[in-house]
Amino acid sequence: MSAILQTQKLRVEYRTRDLRQATKVALNGLDLEVRAGEVFGFLGPNGAGKTTTMNVLLGFVPPTSGTASLFGIDVRQPIARQRIGYLPELTYYYKFLTAEELLRFYAKIFGLARAETDKRIAELLKLVELESAAKRPIKSYSKGMQQRVGLAQSLINNPDLLILDEPTSGLDPLGRMKVREIIQRLKEQGKTVFFSSHELGEVETICDRVAIVHQGELKAVGTVAEISAGFDNLEKAFLKIVGFQPSPAP
Amino acid sequence: MSKIFALAAVVIKELYRRKDFYVLFVLTALLTLAAGAVNFFHDDKIVRYVKDICLLLIWVSALVISVVTAARQIPAEREARTIFPLLAKPVSRWQVIVGKFLGCWLATGVALVVFYFFFAAVTGSKEQIWPWGAYLEAVWMQWAMLAIVIAMVLLGSIFFAAPSSTSTITLVVVGGILLLGTHLKVIALQQPEPMQFILTVVYFVMPHLEWYDLRDFVVYDMGIVPLRAVALATLYAAAWSGIFLLLAWFGFRRKNLTT
Repeated sequence: MSAILQTQKLRVEYRTRDLRQATKVALNGLDLEVRAGEVFGFLGPNGAGKTTTMNVLLGFVPPTSGTASLFGIDVRQPIARQRIGYLPELTYYYKFLTAEELLRFYAKIFGLARAETDKRIAELLKLVELESAAKRPIKSYSKGMQQRVGLAQSLINNPDLLILDEPTSGLDPLGRMKVREIIQRLKEQGKTVFFSSHELGEVETICDRVAIVHQGELKAVGTVAEISAGFDNLEKAFLKIVGFQPSPAP
Repeated sequence: MSKIFALAAVVIKELYRRKDFYVLFVLTALLTLAAGAVNFFHDDKIVRYVKDICLLLIWVSALVISVVTAARQIPAEREARTIFPLLAKPVSRWQVIVGKFLGCWLATGVALVVFYFFFAAVTGSKEQIWPWGAYLEAVWMQWAMLAIVIAMVLLGSIFFAAPSSTSTITLVVVGGILLLGTHLKVIALQQPEPMQFILTVVYFVMPHLEWYDLRDFVVYDMGIVPLRAVALATLYAAAWSGIFLLLAWFGFRRKNLTT
């Protein structure tokens, strides 16, 4: 299988304006490869560099050195994002638009034809069960409904690669199940899913491979079985890899 | 271009859903009422005074609408973090800047047309004359001037996080140019060196927004400005807008949006 998401020796440094403060290294030589058709879990404790990696992949942050590419195209080129869908952790959408208008707007950004746009919007509103609220402004939606709009917008261009930033964060159990179902369906369709998560049980259930980053460096990569070898489950393997020391019982 | 128009359409939708347009209509109605008092004392000169006041209000209102609308575009996208799902799509940062500019400019154009339509309807009904050519030129020149202002505001909004800072600074700069622009060269000649040199340089490098003010042509029925002059002024506005947008893009492309 070919790599459709790849980083090579990726390094990101954040410089502060305060000259007395040292440069912060968010990513240090990250080599990552996600192959076509797999569901790839991207794990790490808070501050490990997961969000920075996603920010580089999405073109929000330029790498200090190294390379990152999507479908073989440098992520600094906007065209690299033509075949991806992105779901942020929280809902960041134009709240004065209706769900239908938001989807239509993003469809235009992707350059979809009118007929294709109408078809996709109808399909996605049905998928996320927002048909009846499609013409209401997003500001009137509940949090769960806004998350579902987010999911719909991430699929508007029928992406080959879906990048999800903690997709089930803040969702109720039904919402989580829906997201898992959608990821499973995308996998069956041959799509690639790259997602970060703190829900290790969820990762264990749906991921083909996982990577664990810590302090900006890749600590482990492989199938869930490979990483969990020698441990009871993925959680215990994860804690060991990130160097977690349980505090002694009082 | 479809991406730029899509971005512009969202700006326009935001403007009228934020009810800014309704404020605009209220202002227009007030202007109409003011103009409706024309000939109240059966004095022809009063018509000119009222026209002068109405046009001044139109200038101030259009300036405030364009500055306030443009100033919040990029900061609001960053604050609401809507910039992230947007830039995660195949859209480049220059397209975002140009789309925002176009949206603000088109929205301001619609506002101007509404203002001038009421102005023409009311003053025309009193004076029984409709100098459409002069009105059209006045609208066009004001709209061209606002293109420079909007581009200038977008540039400022890249560097100032608070829309209020950008709005205030731009309004002071634009107000200064409109009030002193014409006289700056004369003032410069009255100054000792090196102030004379500095003011002369400022005069030649600043955008001359005051050239776009055709209010006297409308108020005193002075006819129309030669089309060649209007065309040159349009090119001048396009050049300045282009420079400001280029600088805004340059600043925006280097901007770290995650901090």
